[in-house]
Amino acid sequence: MDEKAKQTKNSKKRKRAVMRTTILAILIAAIGYTIYNSATAEDVTVLKVGDKAPNFTLVDLEGENHKLSDYEGQGVFLNFWGTWCKPCAKEMPAMDRQYEVFTNQGVQVLAVNIAQSDFEVQSFADQYGLSFPVVIDKTKSVMTAYNIRPLPTTVLVNPEGNIQRIITGEMTEQDIEGFMEEIKPD
Amino acid sequence: MEKLQCQCGHINPPGTNLCESCGRSLTEKEQNSKLVDMRYEGTARRSQTYNKSIIDKIWNFFSSVKVGVGIIVLLLVAAAIGTILPQKAFVPANTEATIKEYYADTYGVVGQIYHALGFHDLYSSFWFIILVGMLAISLIIASLDRFVPLYKSLKNQRVLRHPSFMDKQRIYAEGPGAEDTLKKAEEKLSELKYKVRTDKNGLLAEKGRFSRWGPYVNHIGLIIFLFGVMLRMMPGFYIDESLWIREGETRAIPEVPGYYLENKNFELENYSGEGGEEIFGEALDRVGTVAKNYQTDIVLYKKKEDALPGAVDGQEVVKEYPIRVNQPLKFAGYAIYQMDFRLDELKAMTFSFINKETEESFGELTIDLIDPKKDYELDNGASVKLIGYYPDFSGFENGEPQTATPLPNNPGFLVKLFTPDTPEGETSFITIKNTVEPLGENEYKLAFQSVETRDVSGLTVRKDSTLPILGLGGLIFMIGVAQGMYFNHRRFWIQQKTDGTILLAGHTNKNWFGLKKDLNQVVEYASLPAYTDQQDEIEKQEKAEKEGEVLS
Repeated sequence: MDEKAKQTKNSKKRKRAVMRTTILAILIAAIGYTIYNSATAEDVTVLKVGDKAPNFTLVDLEGENHKLSDYEGQGVFLNFWGTWCKPCAKEMPAMDRQYEVFTNQGVQVLAVNIAQSDFEVQSFADQYGLSFPVVIDKTKSVMTAYNIRPLPTTVLVNPEGNIQRIITGEMTEQDIEGFMEEIKPD
Repeated sequence: MEKLQCQCGHINPPGTNLCESCGRSLTEKEQNSKLVDMRYEGTARRSQTYNKSIIDKIWNFFSSVKVGVGIIVLLLVAAAIGTILPQKAFVPANTEATIKEYYADTYGVVGQIYHALGFHDLYSSFWFIILVGMLAISLIIASLDRFVPLYKSLKNQRVLRHPSFMDKQRIYAEGPGAEDTLKKAEEKLSELKYKVRTDKNGLLAEKGRFSRWGPYVNHIGLIIFLFGVMLRMMPGFYIDESLWIREGETRAIPEVPGYYLENKNFELENYSGEGGEEIFGEALDRVGTVAKNYQTDIVLYKKKEDALPGAVDGQEVVKEYPIRVNQPLKFAGYAIYQMDFRLDELKAMTFSFINKETEESFGELTIDLIDPKKDYELDNGASVKLIGYYPDFSGFENGEPQTATPLPNNPGFLVKLFTPDTPEGETSFITIKNTVEPLGENEYKLAFQSVETRDVSGLTVRKDSTLPILGLGGLIFMIGVAQGMYFNHRRFWIQQKTDGTILLAGHTNKNWFGLKKDLNQVVEYASLPAYTDQQDEIEKQEKAEKEGEVLS
């Protein structure tokens, strides 16, 4: 074979290798991406740590409006709960004690009840003597916006209004103290 | 592998069976067979050509039809196994841990293995997705490897082929011809809508070449279909959520940001067998109750612009609509279907306030179980104060009544009863079955009178943005099938030697009967030599040989 033929052969070979590698790479990437998506589809986390916390406005038992964006500059300890949920009830007194400590350091607690009656929520708040605002999400719209599944779930919002951490399940008093420390403004 | 040089001087890529230029057989196998194998026009499948780097090896692996069929078989077997035990969506558990437990508890070791291998959620298990992906790779590579050389070969067809190519075609004729034979054959073939090309002493007539692309068009359709299925797994393309909503409730629609649904009324209507329905009477007697209509009257709300989730006046009515089976509510690309229902959930309970001894009544009070009030005023200065409400009473814990869920399945009330006689109040704990008087014997009690109920409607929220893509894939698939099945690629090669002898060969990818019908017209018009179907000849011969064996 002469030089020229060899050259064209080599360039054809290179072209073929590049072509095949590209096609295979694209296809394998597509499969990888599909698997990744299917693996993460379980927790349809519309919300991720670091995201902007969706704004909302809810009314507390005294009839006062609480808008999340009004608390910018403060850490917000957002606790989703129900009166019937035992672990929720268990962590309430600890949350209340820590609220007393951190309220002067710029940490706000908002306890969001999921669509229960005023009567039930009020008697619960009275029984536990809760001093932080308790709001009721009557249409479950905030719950949907935050994609809350199990109760209790706590969402920590930092002073910049971003999600610092999402905690599902019961917290000990130590946990609560640590979390409030985490979102305390400097 | 080395390039193959044909006697005619043309250089063919390694793996070629028939010379690309003149059609001579290049392999020993081809040379010895009576008929040529016209699949892919005898060209080299590209993957057979090179087999050097790892990339080439992977490419060759996927290029094989055997591998493709193997993958399909694996997928079928996996899908079949996936139907043996229920999929995870149909088991009564909803967290990862409880689902795992359910399989282990219900089906033992088999269930454990089934769960561990991902058969419980087959379509989402990583290995199933990998298999489907491999099928897609196989479809693409196998098609490319065959389509490209076939396309080039048909595009660069030469009119004149070597006699050894022609006499190995299934349809073949050889015999004397007249001076104008070629001319007349050309005329007739053109009339029959063949594209005719001539070169020196020969002609090539061709019709329906696009039929050869059918399988590849078909594969493109399949790949688009698989692409649509892949998109379903991406967030936002496919939604299938259930929503339980009680009469009177307004709920944010899951996965549909900014929309709310209010359930005004749920209705279940059965066939009565009366008033125009008498004809169903017999059937109804036989099978019992038959549902006529399931219907949820809803109001759809949309969040006002700038309104925040949770805002009280933040919604505006979009429309009112009765959702029925197969008549979903449709809006903004979403559809809400009637799927399920639960009848008669408790809504309110009515009691009568009476003196236990005299049965004298102070009137009635109704406690709303969804939104109970605290104080109830009755006749003659009597009143009731609700102290505690436990919608799903489940027993006492440390003397405290407990509720298991927020739903009024088994409501319990802690109440204080006041009358002018008992201004201090009497405490009573009431549940459906009994009344407890924890602080001593009371003079008065609340006697249960009646309940009000409400229905719960089970709706499904659906969105599938991939449907147009799946539809397009299906359409292209069908076009490919029709193209390959209902059209034939027919070719005739005719040559006249210097001594006037006519050589004639014919080939089609399917429907030889149709090819012969065309040819008969040409033979008649142009007085071509009579042709034989060599395939038939071979079969006849084999049959005769077999019979001969039997006889001897």
